Amino acid sequence: MSFKTPLGRVAGLGSAKEGTGHWWAQRLTAVALVPLSFLFVVFVFAFAGADHARAVELMGNPLVAVTLLLFIVAGFYHMKLGMQVVIEDYVHHEGAKTVLLVGLALGSFALGMAAVFAVLKLAFGS
Amino acid sequence: MAQAERPLSPHLEIYKPQLTMVLSITHRFTGVGLAVGTLFLTWWLIAAAMGPEAYAFTQWIYGTWLGYLVLFGFSVSLFYHLCNGIRHLFWDVGLGYEMETVYRSGWSVVAATAVLTFAAWVIGLGVAG
Repeated sequence: MSFKTPLGRVAGLGSAKEGTGHWWAQRLTAVALVPLSFLFVVFVFAFAGADHARAVELMGNPLVAVTLLLFIVAGFYHMKLGMQVVIEDYVHHEGAKTVLLVGLALGSFALGMAAVFAVLKLAFGS
Repeated sequence: MAQAERPLSPHLEIYKPQLTMVLSITHRFTGVGLAVGTLFLTWWLIAAAMGPEAYAFTQWIYGTWLGYLVLFGFSVSLFYHLCNGIRHLFWDVGLGYEMETVYRSGWSVVAATAVLTFAAWVIGLGVAG
C-alpha cells in the first residue's frame, strides 16, 4: 500500500522502490562468502603455477568444483548488489543511471554464467 | 527554471579524517576493486576452459610483475573487504556500536588484513614456487 499522496505518486519522486530484499540478499551472500572466500584463497595456492592438465585434474574434484561454483554464484550476486548501490549513489543523470544499472544486471549475470560454464567444462574433463 | 550555481559548505576539505569514515570508504573502494578483479578471475576461468594454449597465455600474463601487482592489490582488497564485512555483519545484528568497540574493531580489521595478506603471500609463494 503506497502512502504517497496522489500528487506524489504522479510526480514519481520519493523512495527508489523496495530495498529490504536487496539488503537481505546482500547479507546472505556475505555470510556465504566468508567461508567461501577463505577456500577460494586456498584454491589460488593450488592453481597457481599449475599447467592445464593439473588445472583440469584439480577442477575434476567435486569439492573444488562445487565450492568454486558456490563462490562464483554468491560472489557475482554480492558484487551486483554492491555495485548497484555504488551506481545509485554516484550517478545522478537518470538516463545514464538506468543504462549503467541495466548493463550491470545483464553483465554480471552473463559473466557469472560464463564463469559457471567454464568451471563445469573443466570439471567434466574439458 | 535555471539552476543557480550556489556555493556548497566545504566537507572533504576541512573534515578531519577519522577511522570510521576512512574504513567505510575503503570498504566501498575495495568492493569496486574486487568487482574489477572478478573480471580477471572470469577471464582466467574461460581461458582454462578454452584449452591449454589460451590457459598458458593467461598464466603467463598473470605471472608478469604487473600481474603480480594486480594480484597483490586484489588480495589486499579481498582480505580487507572480508574482515570489514564481518565487522558490518556484527553491526547488522546490533552489536558493536559503542564508540570504543567501533575503534577497536576497526583497528582489528586493519591488523587482520595485514596479517592475512602477509600469511597468504608467504604460503602462496612458498607453495607455488
